[in-house]
Amino acid sequence: MAILTLTIDDQPVSGTETETLLEVARQHGIEIPTLCHLDGLTDVGACRLCLVEIEGASRLQPACTTRLQEGMVVRTNTERLQRYRRTIVEMLASEGNHHCAVCVSNNHCELQDLAYTVGLQYVRVPYLYPAKTLDATHKDFVIDRDRCILCSRCVRVCHEVEGAHTWDIAGRGIGCEIISDLKQPWGQSTTCTSCGKCVLVCPTGALFEKGATVAEMEKRTEFLRYIVNARQRREWNPDLLHEE
Amino acid sequence: MTVEELHELADRERERQAGVRHRVLYCSAAGCVSCGSHATRDAFKAAFTRRGLTESEVVGTGCMGLCGQGPLVKIHDDGVLYERVDAGLAHRIVDEHLVEGRPVAEHQLDAASPFFASQVKIVLENCGRIDATRIEEYIAVGGYEALARAVAELKPQEVVEEVRKSGLRGRGGAGYPTGLKWDIARKAPAEQKYVICNADEGDPGAFMDRSVLEGDPHRVLEGMAIAGYAIGASQGYIYVRAEYPLAIERLKLAIRQAERHGVLGSRIFESGFHFRIDLRIGAGAFVCGEETALIRSIQGRRGRPQPRPPYPSERGLFGAPTVINNVETLANIAPILRHGSAWFAALGTPRSPGTKVFALAGKIRRTGLIEVPMGIPLRRIIFEIGGGTPEGTEFKAAQTGGPSGGCIPAEHLDLPVDYEALATVGSIMGSGGLIVMDSTSNMVDVARFFMEFSRDESCGKCAPCRVGTVHMHDLLRKIARGRATADDVALLEELCETVKETSLCGLGQSAPNPVLSTLRFFRAEYDALLGPVEVFTPSNPLARGRGPGGS
Amino acid sequence: MITLAVEGGPVAVPRDATTTHPSGDNRFKLLDRAINTHHASGSALIEVMHAAQGIFGYLEDDLLIYIARALKRPLSQVYGVATFYNFFRLKPAGRHTFVLCTGTACYVKGADRIQRAIEHRCGVAFGETTPDGAVSLVAARCVGSCGLAPVAVLDETVAARLTEDEAVARIDAWDAATEGVGA
Repeated sequence: MAILTLTIDDQPVSGTETETLLEVARQHGIEIPTLCHLDGLTDVGACRLCLVEIEGASRLQPACTTRLQEGMVVRTNTERLQRYRRTIVEMLASEGNHHCAVCVSNNHCELQDLAYTVGLQYVRVPYLYPAKTLDATHKDFVIDRDRCILCSRCVRVCHEVEGAHTWDIAGRGIGCEIISDLKQPWGQSTTCTSCGKCVLVCPTGALFEKGATVAEMEKRTEFLRYIVNARQRREWNPDLLHEE
Repeated sequence: MTVEELHELADRERERQAGVRHRVLYCSAAGCVSCGSHATRDAFKAAFTRRGLTESEVVGTGCMGLCGQGPLVKIHDDGVLYERVDAGLAHRIVDEHLVEGRPVAEHQLDAASPFFASQVKIVLENCGRIDATRIEEYIAVGGYEALARAVAELKPQEVVEEVRKSGLRGRGGAGYPTGLKWDIARKAPAEQKYVICNADEGDPGAFMDRSVLEGDPHRVLEGMAIAGYAIGASQGYIYVRAEYPLAIERLKLAIRQAERHGVLGSRIFESGFHFRIDLRIGAGAFVCGEETALIRSIQGRRGRPQPRPPYPSERGLFGAPTVINNVETLANIAPILRHGSAWFAALGTPRSPGTKVFALAGKIRRTGLIEVPMGIPLRRIIFEIGGGTPEGTEFKAAQTGGPSGGCIPAEHLDLPVDYEALATVGSIMGSGGLIVMDSTSNMVDVARFFMEFSRDESCGKCAPCRVGTVHMHDLLRKIARGRATADDVALLEELCETVKETSLCGLGQSAPNPVLSTLRFFRAEYDALLGPVEVFTPSNPLARGRGPGGS
Repeated sequence: MITLAVEGGPVAVPRDATTTHPSGDNRFKLLDRAINTHHASGSALIEVMHAAQGIFGYLEDDLLIYIARALKRPLSQVYGVATFYNFFRLKPAGRHTFVLCTGTACYVKGADRIQRAIEHRCGVAFGETTPDGAVSLVAARCVGSCGLAPVAVLDETVAARLTEDEAVARIDAWDAATEGVGA
């Protein structure tokens, strides 16, 4: 496969045409903020935080879904991009009911981290204080939709990796919400395998384990890359299981 | 069917029509049906029987244009057009006009008036002229000849080249060159390709596509089949709104007739070309007019847009190369092949050739459906064709492009209507809705109305559009209620920029346009509603808790 | 198995069906026919939902489960689709439907005033059904009859150039014909 060369933030970098700008930037130590992206899941380009400027392109492009092209000149952190990112985080903060001080994910929250990164000091738009629901009917886990930012990682991991497709998004626009099966209580879901992958990939405290208290809910996402790599490369040969 | 059989069928139908004594055409499009044109039809039939006028027929046609004056009736024998024809008038027309030869003057419309004389009809050439429910009438006016010629005489590449040379641009709003789109899909290597007709006309205030589908459905089918031949597709889909039951009914009938006559299906005109068309009924989501969302919807999913690239012409429906064209674009294809690309390119302006269909509505005397050459000044559309605003009010703005477009004020009325010129004043061509606002319209409220629409129709996938439209709407409402300050307008402008630049699809990217254009041309109306910026000081208890953004 | 291609569209429920569906509800036979027309393909989900709503009036949970199983789609995805599109109803509609066009042309000609008058008359907002199940108020995006603005569709009849008083009178007429409408 041909090696392509391009410039990201004045730094010459190289990669292949199947790689995305986000992957190559990260390989070269250039951090681009993301929320909906997660290594191992398909990309949807929904959070708009990884938008970058590409010379010659009429619009900003999401780094997570843009493939490399020879000679691209990319900027990932201009003043304009910083301003947009701050406004988007501001909107996300105003959309839910986020109370960091009493949240299970305090100090382990990707939204909180992002707010620090983009330098969000206060939210200029009014908080929407939506009436959201909390569902604690599952024996091990809780979903608190107040803290959901609709990144759809849980939906994707449930469909793509676990294969259960318990979660999906219902409604439209600002009324969107994550639902299990026919919007029934999670504990009554007939499809959920209680595998907990959705909890582990959730960037905020929207999905958490029962018993976790303030600032105790740390998420692990490394398992995902491990499973996905193993499947793609067929490292888990079925024969290996029957060796003994 | 062979080409000879097509010509025979056309001749037979023309002979049949020539043998008819009186041919009365009544508008059977949704607008006139709502005004009772079916009762008019029945009255004509009864009057024929009463006067013993055998060998006469009443024919339901597509839209005749002046939708505000329905039901409309045209006497085919001498071309006289009547407005507001109720059952009583129908009897009078038969008695006085058809039998005694004296047209009923007080209901007669002047065919030489600017409303009719300023129009150039290509897309609407058959609307109001033929019976949309009979394929024979379409064939009698040259229908399916372009398809016959394409499959018999032209290579797919030559068809694409002809469309490219015509300069035809997408009539859905964005104006992407159709030939270029087809060429990408034609060159994409794939076994299966698709043609999709986007008939999800969602802009409030737009009914151009519906009129074409109701009045001349075969023209769209022919355009799709030609597109299929050009790019190498054997399957087409028409994605039509559920809100258009009559259009759906006519399309179903047209597809059945076309299959029965062999102009759709296998081995079309005895060539190796196969093409089938299926209908897909939308379910009420404006965002499905966006092509990647439309594709998801045809696949039975939530209509949420996908990042482009890849573009549908490379990877579209079921992952196959797909051409998506709007109804009006496809309606232009058969005439281009029939008369040649040079003929089409000579119409309109060099950058935007051809004509554009507009739906005139709002505060205007003559509402209805018109087709004008591209490049015509807006002033002529509104004042000559539309007759200006109603008595006693003054023109204020013309809104084009619906929730994605902008308001054009009086000082830009001499602007030629083409894609680039409309963009220079912050609007877009859009699909053709043209709403006139007069001195009684409040522009802040107009902006709020469109933002409410965008908010309700946002799919919710990307954060800027999902949340940004809510905040922009709330700010506009706050301004309209006189509770805002200059800080709120500054915040509104910043949100507009972020949503425009960062949203995933066209809906979000263009949602701020109505706000930006009203701010640009009618800023005084905003300013008049603002209160002073209140700064919090301990000695000013009234200002407590009312910092920027507070409501 | 031979799958019969049956023309779609509204179908009447046969009264004298000799065999019954396992559920005891013969309407499922009609739904099965619609599903078979599309070869039970998952991509026909929206088409099948249209058919189901046409037959049953609205999409209740049991029906969504039935469709999900037949088309082999996840339950949550079926629910997600049903709630994405305005056209699908998860609750039964009222005996009468008042569809008000809220398109731009109707808006500039005063559809908002009609909306307020009707909501006041019925005591519920657009998008809802009166508690007694008499009238459903529906706001349509644009019915495409902009020349006749403001327009409403009352039980399939188009009312052109409507005024507030006329609109309320039409609901009063429904009220007089049946028992009680709204508040």
